[in-house]
Amino acid sequence: MSTPEHSEHADSIDQKSLKHASGPYFGAYGGRWMPESLMAAMDELNETFEAAKNDPEFVAQVRDLNTNYSGRPSLLTEAKRFSQQYCDGVRIFLKREDLNHTGSHKINNVLGQALLAKRMGKTRIIAETGAGQHGVASATAAALMGLECVVYMGAEDCRRQALNVARMRLLGATVIPVTVGSQTLKDAINEALRDWVANVQTTHYLLGTAAGGAPFPAMVRYFHEVIGEEAREQILAQAGRLPDAVTACIGGGSNAIGIFHGFLDDKDVALYGFEAGGDGVDTDRHAATITLGRPGVLHGAKSYLMQDEDGQTIESHSISAGLDYPGVGPEHAFLADIGRVNYEPVTDTEAMDAFKALCRTEGILPAIESSHALAGTMRLAKKLVADGATPEETIIIVNLSGRGDKDVGTAAAWFNMIDEKDADAEISGAAAAAERSAADDEEK
Amino acid sequence: MTRVTSAQKIAAARAEGRPALIGYLPAGFPDVPTSIEAAVALAENGVDIIEIGIPYSDPVMDGEVIQAATVQALANGFRVADVFEIVRGITSRTDAAVMVMTYWNPVLRMGVDEFARRFAQAGGSGLITPDLVPEEAAEWIEASEKHELERVFLIAPSSTAQRVQRTVDASSGFIYCVSLMGVTGARAEVSSAAQAVVDAAHAAGAENACVGLGVSRREHVQEIGAYADGVIVGTALVAALRDGGVAAVAALAAELSGAAAKEHA
Repeated sequence: MSTPEHSEHADSIDQKSLKHASGPYFGAYGGRWMPESLMAAMDELNETFEAAKNDPEFVAQVRDLNTNYSGRPSLLTEAKRFSQQYCDGVRIFLKREDLNHTGSHKINNVLGQALLAKRMGKTRIIAETGAGQHGVASATAAALMGLECVVYMGAEDCRRQALNVARMRLLGATVIPVTVGSQTLKDAINEALRDWVANVQTTHYLLGTAAGGAPFPAMVRYFHEVIGEEAREQILAQAGRLPDAVTACIGGGSNAIGIFHGFLDDKDVALYGFEAGGDGVDTDRHAATITLGRPGVLHGAKSYLMQDEDGQTIESHSISAGLDYPGVGPEHAFLADIGRVNYEPVTDTEAMDAFKALCRTEGILPAIESSHALAGTMRLAKKLVADGATPEETIIIVNLSGRGDKDVGTAAAWFNMIDEKDADAEISGAAAAAERSAADDEEK
Repeated sequence: MTRVTSAQKIAAARAEGRPALIGYLPAGFPDVPTSIEAAVALAENGVDIIEIGIPYSDPVMDGEVIQAATVQALANGFRVADVFEIVRGITSRTDAAVMVMTYWNPVLRMGVDEFARRFAQAGGSGLITPDLVPEEAAEWIEASEKHELERVFLIAPSSTAQRVQRTVDASSGFIYCVSLMGVTGARAEVSSAAQAVVDAAHAAGAENACVGLGVSRREHVQEIGAYADGVIVGTALVAALRDGGVAAVAALAAELSGAAAKEHA
């Protein structure tokens, strides 16, 4: 049994390599700040995960699912027109997690954790979801492996992502709209934790991001490490060298930690995480946890946290439901403190401009989450060139963590692309359908 | 100020041949003055130990009734530092031991030592910490030793023998035995798992093992009192305060304790 001990702090990070930090602590962050009722389950999960990692059969199962179900390796696509028009000619490569089955990187983690749930003899998985991507991925894994699936989703997010709610239900999952608190991802996690406490014997909590109590941050990263490993090999094959920078969006930070992993020990590769700046970090409507938060404990881990003077969590705001979270994974907090990764905010407006830019130059519709990484990349490329970099000799890999099909309604409204009367009818129709369906679920 | 500890109150109850009665109410619900009056009413009607909960934005161990009450307290402007005024208000008027139940981030934000110092100064007895386990509690253990406060950690039906031992060793005052796997809330019957949790605590050397979660009636108090050293009632009291004000809290406390209800002065 491996339980967190303060005395292990100093040893938990390998002095030479940042890549394989195993937790439970990442510097001063991480740990297990959660109810005793869940400790036995956390220990069981940790033991199961540690054993599975070293079991060739498990490793082969994961690889087989990645290859023959998710469609890995995902492509690395050079975005030449996007580069010329929006990045001052800096070479931009997109790591195409949007092409994975279910449309985002989330599938990597859910397949791995669902396999672990089966190993533990659990028959039911629960998950939280913001944008719906993790919920859809969890519902998918549950359908594939014959597990019962319950997804908690903030009522506000259910409205924003009505189509993903329908997708989850089509896949056989029960979606429970969460009407307490801010009705977003944070509160969905609270409700999932309450469910887990009550049903822990039969249920695995399939946490969707690299946050939470140990072993979740290191385990979720493990299942996403494939992103960075593939990207590193692909860029070496396509460009003949490592990139100058790797960028990703950060909500909880799972797609980012997955791609960063491949490059953490390459000292000359700069790493950038772009947080949701909402209306701007000079307003009180944003989700820029690392930029403006301070250390605290939430949902099982010590990390940066948006909180007020009393330690009450501050509600976050972002156009992107998937980044609308007031916390961040503890490994990111550590990487920020030691200066290995640069974390910067990107506003809703910048993200939506980048969304449209990629659509128009590459014919790729990115998720609004991933659009934050694109916007940050545009800014970074211009800065590198302004600082004297030769554009055609400068390479940035962007983790395109998901596709934007789910965001068409939001984007169309943002850009005023639907006749107002039609839009009202369509959006209220979808919302009404989601609410009817939610009411059905609650009655069950 | 001589502080009354929960351990003293449990010992006194034991000497009378009964379990200690512990009553929970949220700080600042519905407002700070009323929460003091309601807590005083508990003490006047046979409750030995008052447990004051700090409203928190993310109360993952609480069910709907307590969530709604703490949301209201926060909406009414409750600030964490108000809890010291509430504790002082109770300890200056009663001889109950006053514990504070708090999720950990508000304490961390104020500073663990600073919180402990101000809480002790207000006459508080100790903290009950639902999302802090001994492994993460080094700073709190140090502060609680320094300010002579009791540390009440929780054990659950799922706790392994090893974890029970570790938690009992780290606790002082009493051990909070969670009666069932779930969140706070009144239930018709007390979970059959409760006695096993208490037995495990006693076997690990705990002098005082108290049972909470799902306890709402006098017969629950008697049933649990047969094997535990104290009985904790929360949601039922919060609902009484919500629906009937301080008078309803006094009446329920009297019923739970088996005492005749006292008119609140």
